Amino acid sequence: MKRRGRAVLESVGAHALILVFVGFALYPVLWVVALAFSGNDTPEARLLPVPVQPTLKHLVEVVGPSPSGSWLFGRQLLNSLVVSGATAAVGIGIAIPTAYALARFEFVGKKTGVRALLATQMFPAVASAVPLYMLLSALGLLNSRTGLVLCYASTAVPFAIFQLRAAFESIPVELEEAAMVDGATRFGAFLRVVLPAARPAIAVTGLFAFMSAYNEFILAATLLGSEDMFTLPVVLQRYVGEHSANWPAFAAGALVVSLPVMALFYVVQRHLVAGLTAGAVKG
Amino acid sequence: MSPPARRGRALGAPAQLARVALAALVAVVALGLPGCAAERGPAPIRLWHAYRGAEERALAALVATWSGPPVELLALPADAFAAKLQAAIPLGAGPDLYIDAHERLGDFRARGIVAPVGDALEEDAFGPEVLPAVEQDGVAYGVPLTLKSAALYVNDALVPTDPPDLESIAELRLPEGVYPLAYEAENAYFHAAVLHAFGGSFLAPAGEPGAPGATPGASDAFGFVGEAAERSLELVRSLVDRGVVPADADGALVTRLFAAGKAATAISGPWLANDLPPETPHYRVIPLPKVRAADGAPLRPMLTVEALMLAPAGAARPEVRAFARFVASTEGTAILRREARAVPARRDAEGLLEGETLRRAFDDPALAADALVSAFAAQARVAIPMPTSVAMRATWEPAARALKKVLRGDTAPAEALREAKQRFDDARPKAVPAARPEPLVAIVGVLCLAAAFWLVRRARRREFRAAVRRSLPAYAYVLHSVVVLGVLVFVPLFAGAAISLAVGRPGELTYVGGYNFVEILTARGGPLFASGSFYLVLLVTLAWTAVNLFFHLGIGLVLGLLLSRPTLRLKALYRVLLIIPWAVPSYVTALAWKGMFHRQFGAVSALLSAVNDLFGTDLESIAWFSRFSTAFAANCTTNIWLGFPFMMVVTLAGLTAIPKDVLEAAEVDGATRWQRLWRVTLPLLRPTVMPAAVLGAVWTFNMFNVVFLVSGGEPDGQTDILVSEAYRWAFTREAQYGFAAAYSVLIFLLLFAGTELPGLVRRWRARRRLAPAAEVSS
Repeated sequence: MKRRGRAVLESVGAHALILVFVGFALYPVLWVVALAFSGNDTPEARLLPVPVQPTLKHLVEVVGPSPSGSWLFGRQLLNSLVVSGATAAVGIGIAIPTAYALARFEFVGKKTGVRALLATQMFPAVASAVPLYMLLSALGLLNSRTGLVLCYASTAVPFAIFQLRAAFESIPVELEEAAMVDGATRFGAFLRVVLPAARPAIAVTGLFAFMSAYNEFILAATLLGSEDMFTLPVVLQRYVGEHSANWPAFAAGALVVSLPVMALFYVVQRHLVAGLTAGAVKG
Repeated sequence: MSPPARRGRALGAPAQLARVALAALVAVVALGLPGCAAERGPAPIRLWHAYRGAEERALAALVATWSGPPVELLALPADAFAAKLQAAIPLGAGPDLYIDAHERLGDFRARGIVAPVGDALEEDAFGPEVLPAVEQDGVAYGVPLTLKSAALYVNDALVPTDPPDLESIAELRLPEGVYPLAYEAENAYFHAAVLHAFGGSFLAPAGEPGAPGATPGASDAFGFVGEAAERSLELVRSLVDRGVVPADADGALVTRLFAAGKAATAISGPWLANDLPPETPHYRVIPLPKVRAADGAPLRPMLTVEALMLAPAGAARPEVRAFARFVASTEGTAILRREARAVPARRDAEGLLEGETLRRAFDDPALAADALVSAFAAQARVAIPMPTSVAMRATWEPAARALKKVLRGDTAPAEALREAKQRFDDARPKAVPAARPEPLVAIVGVLCLAAAFWLVRRARRREFRAAVRRSLPAYAYVLHSVVVLGVLVFVPLFAGAAISLAVGRPGELTYVGGYNFVEILTARGGPLFASGSFYLVLLVTLAWTAVNLFFHLGIGLVLGLLLSRPTLRLKALYRVLLIIPWAVPSYVTALAWKGMFHRQFGAVSALLSAVNDLFGTDLESIAWFSRFSTAFAANCTTNIWLGFPFMMVVTLAGLTAIPKDVLEAAEVDGATRWQRLWRVTLPLLRPTVMPAAVLGAVWTFNMFNVVFLVSGGEPDGQTDILVSEAYRWAFTREAQYGFAAAYSVLIFLLLFAGTELPGLVRRWRARRRLAPAAEVSS
């Protein structure tokens, strides 16, 4: 009986502690939601993130059709989704074979390559932004979604390689060897045995690549040169200008922008633990 | 299967994959194609601007009345506008003309992205207070379009008669909780009006100070020193101390206070009228008042002339010049005036309404727009055009820091101003003698020779050749990513690192050898741990990384362990909720946190007062960004919030990888729960958590977004970390890319050493331990 009481107490304590952190995690998000739906933001400190005079006007202002009649927001949402989706696809496509080679082969230059890859994560982007711009211009890829996708993909690849390499390493070699004994080529075994087994890790890595592209605005604002090519973070950034800031509109926009990526996160999150388990072997 | 056949297949299969990747790339390119315009009649005129809202609509309406070649309008974020122009125009990817503030002309001209306007400027259309603003060495480089300056917004109900001077505003009798005056007191732009009233300026006058004909702000020397500057600071400090002006107000707060009737008057620009909601109490706009303390001189705000600027390619096209003339014409600016209440820069827009007529016009909705325009036009006549010198931009940061320090009561005005001047002089690019490139060439040459020699020697060894041959199948898998990463990551990275050996703007770099590094590492000749020095910023960065990592790991581990309890209910729900900070775009939440830390209106202050009510405590709401400790804590809170879900998931992942029987065996052996946790679970988690922690440390070390968006380096740049310092050198201190690049290289070296050293030490120790054994055995 005493033991049981202790167990109950413990479980109550665990729930309480978790709830504190849930509150910590949700509060700022609710604050943005409240701001987005508030009709009149009076300058008073408010504890509870509840909208004052609830309204949808900010949402309509941001999402509704532009003055010219076209639905620019829809187009920009599509841009964001296409660019981020392509980034994930291209980034993962580049990373998978490389990660597999790092996990399964010994080759000359492997160590140096891995170290160089890790080093790219340490160099701040501030310094390489200007050369990257000149390079894209030389390739004729300025003001194109293709150029943007290439930039994003190339920054997403190193992390994806680390992530997937660990995932491949955690898959027993015996699985491939069994397939190869059954007559499959090495590549066939990779395609039919290793890739399916690594699906959770690939999903999670793809999600990371997607998110990094979906949230980026400095490069996008610099590279893209027409409104119908802008991605959503660039549009959102315009609501918080130098002289005037339209915070409720920004909050409403932020809400709309966050929804797709949060939905995607929700779908993939059940793989998150399994996908990162792969990292257990080594980073 | 014979080995050669196998290799052939192995090579062929990745090639297939490469084809698939190529197809994906082509698909992406194809997606990009619809955006490309097909060839059509006359070349369109491309106009870029950073307007939004009413101004954007007005510009579109104006352009719609143009009957010449088609015009392509592009609205850009204001923050990215100048950088984008500077990048795009030299490469021929920019606009034909663009709208920007006149004070950028000096900079733009130095970069060669603006050309004389020629016949785009209508003669005699602009007054003598406007034209000099767009002239450089007597040649017009912009067509004045609209004027922007601050003026006084007055709440009709609270202040029925115009206050004659600033002091009488302070003496107004007002209801409880209403500020007599709201304006961004810590913003150097608004402080300029006070400074000008005392006869000072941010840039020193050319020639002898006080001499007749000395134009304020005509030189490149820092002018925010001396008696005028000190008196202006003392005046504003007393206003803040007496609660006349709210402390640390930003533009949004001024808008909200005035809109809610909680500020009797407000100093702001025409943009405020556009931002005020319809339910705002009746107001009028009048020129800024006089200052008794300055012998009755009026507050003279900065005047910004929004001008059409022509890119060199655009200036060469007659139809572009004709279009610029059309936009700035009486009819054109009338549209801006009507639709966006913009104040036309043209002479013929002045003097519509004056005095009593003007005041009454604000009551008439039909005339209100005209009244606003007239009020600002009247104010423009006593405003002072912002200097166009490149040095002007370098004054903002030191001046704003001095203002903050004084207004928050940390420092005496004279002391703060001396520091500001020091900072300004430090940040100005110095004339650096070009270094001789021979030593570098020699070093690089020797290194290349050595590398080549080493490679050849290795390549001649048979084992090495065999190893390379064995590696061929692996190379088939990595070749494409080597090419892609080589071109898109390593080339820009090396080019960026190379810039650290040079000074100047991109395009006109001068090789100076190790000058940048020497300057940074010697703290530019000042004390090693002075404010803003490399070493102090490094200490802050290390503290920042350590605190964040500690909490990320701590919270992540606790939550991971809690969530993995087999008996816990609602596990899935908790996990989803706790992951949310990771899923929301980080710039959105960074800005949300900044809002929550606001002194008067943030949720954190509300939380404190709720705690006070509940427990009868006396916690005072503080200005979070006025002290290092609290600003640093605010930054850390935000980043901890952003980062803990990652560590939680990593912990959960690591826990699922721990075999159950190990824990059961420990339990059978009589280990207590603590013992199991410390001796079994945590050590087994190490291999999962360690790599994530190393990567997390690297990311935190370079976490630019949070520091930049939340504290912005406040107070006084003390919470800046190395990356945000590098950013400042690149973008706010006259684009000294060499310095920014040198900072980046130093950051890279530090991180590289930090992650490599432990391994090296371990290997070295292992070797030393083995060495005696080897001696014995030999």
